Amino acid sequence: MADNNIKSMLPETSETTNGRHHIKLSEDSLAKQTTTLNLGPTHPATHGVFQNILEVDGERILRTDPTIGYIHRAFEKIAERRPYYQVTPLTDRLNYCSAAINNIGWHLTVEKLVGIQTPKRVDYLRVIIMELARIADHLVCNSVIGVDTGALTGFTYVFQYREKIYDIWEEVCGSRLTTNIGRFGGFERNFNQAAWDKLDDFMRTFPRAFEEFQILLDRNRIFMERCMGAGPITAEKALSYSVTGPNLRAAGVDYDVRVANPYSSYEDFDFKIPVGTTGDVYDRYMVRNTEIWESYSIIQQAIEKIKDLDPSIYHADVPEFYLPEKKDVYTKMESLIYHFKIVMGETNILPGEVYHAVEGGNGELGYYLISDGGRSPYRLHFRRPCFIYYQIYPEIIKGGLLSDAVVTLSSLNVIAGELDA
Amino acid sequence: MLNHEHIIRRLTEKFGSSISFEEPYGFLTVTAPAADNLKVLQFLYDDEELKFRFLTDLTGVHYPDRIGEELSVVYHLHNLVDNVRLRLKIYVPSTQPDVFTATQLFPGANWMERETYDFFGFNFIGHPDLRRILNADEMDYFPMRKEYTLEDPQRTDKDDEMFGR
Repeated sequence: MADNNIKSMLPETSETTNGRHHIKLSEDSLAKQTTTLNLGPTHPATHGVFQNILEVDGERILRTDPTIGYIHRAFEKIAERRPYYQVTPLTDRLNYCSAAINNIGWHLTVEKLVGIQTPKRVDYLRVIIMELARIADHLVCNSVIGVDTGALTGFTYVFQYREKIYDIWEEVCGSRLTTNIGRFGGFERNFNQAAWDKLDDFMRTFPRAFEEFQILLDRNRIFMERCMGAGPITAEKALSYSVTGPNLRAAGVDYDVRVANPYSSYEDFDFKIPVGTTGDVYDRYMVRNTEIWESYSIIQQAIEKIKDLDPSIYHADVPEFYLPEKKDVYTKMESLIYHFKIVMGETNILPGEVYHAVEGGNGELGYYLISDGGRSPYRLHFRRPCFIYYQIYPEIIKGGLLSDAVVTLSSLNVIAGELDA
Repeated sequence: MLNHEHIIRRLTEKFGSSISFEEPYGFLTVTAPAADNLKVLQFLYDDEELKFRFLTDLTGVHYPDRIGEELSVVYHLHNLVDNVRLRLKIYVPSTQPDVFTATQLFPGANWMERETYDFFGFNFIGHPDLRRILNADEMDYFPMRKEYTLEDPQRTDKDDEMFGR
């Protein structure tokens, strides 16, 4: 290496005499008692693109400076140029662990704007899809808490069931992770027999596997020691920081959008809202576990309720907004006209302003939509629960151990796509 | 039970005719003068009957056609006790987009205001840490404003005359 290069790497205060370099550290560098540690942006323990610059004293965290926005894709701007039906694939990529909830939340928002009433069967089918998404989302979060505490086994037990949920979605909409499921007014096609069979198989086999997962972790002394007391959030702090979802409920506040502002006929179902007490990692884990059982029971109820309804209905009768089936487009004049109008963005959407919220995997997922009567939204804002509650993270890991910070991050279930939009 | 008439009455008693009300899609929307945003938020927060103590969302909207009040800040508040939602809107000119910060009242407004600043360029007076959050720090414009079109306006190969905006 050239001599000049070495010089440029030394601190400015260093001296060179007779070709020998004498390194002199700056005055305050020896007095500094803490270490600055860069965690991320890509680190296996963060499960996504998160950067945190930590100031640590040994293992204790003194200060955290989070940097976000690494995968910002300007969805709100892009949505201002797209026809309404083309916004659905953008919502997929917010919380990609439960994309179906985002899609259906967006459809419900537009249905509210244009005033579409969906039939009961559509509502129940949507409830099945959304609750499956919630189970998939919570499974990822909870099994990953296990992985971050060193228990990989639980993860392998339940991830298979996430695959089974994806298989069901594949039958319903053709894709697995970023689902783009449904249309305004309902679904693009009815659930086929394979979908019902796969759902049936899931409902039969899932409880045993999930019970096994819970036996592994719930009362496991090592797991409890790692999780209890780590990253606690009090109810007051959670509310003042606008935290929603399982993280708020773990702090003891029973707020759930499904109950507070029921959508998609959630008022027809009987389910409990689990709450925690201390809002620490263990409470968040337990709240999610209980919610999985509640979601399971909601799906059971929905399957029962659907049996009494006309099995041929899978969308509302709103030809102006509902993209018709392809075979009708090729054979029927009317469908062809509507298909053309919808695809070219010529449907008549009146000016208006709506806010619609659904209970996403991580909390209140809100859509604030302003229409000026044009083919695309005038303004669309996503209220992303992750983005809002991630700002509490530096505060709750302060004074804790570095390893606690890692479990706290996974128990908050911060999803990079939703964080950065 | 708290209803919209009661909220409107309480607010009119307090602020008189400076604020106006709408109910699009059954969602009570209050428009207040920009200088009074904190007073209204504080009143909604403190009042024993209103108790709007949960800030659901905070965002901005750009209306280039409204001369003198081009930029709008929209607050979505929630009274979790009575389960009533309310939207508060204020308008400021894009030449001087000064808005008082809500971070003293709602610590959670911190990042929401940073995001709104990042995209629209509001100057949140009193914000503890008004930096860009999602975009790059060296960016020198506010991309969600309507003058920044998504597609290159110089493009000639695409004819939007018949279809599209």
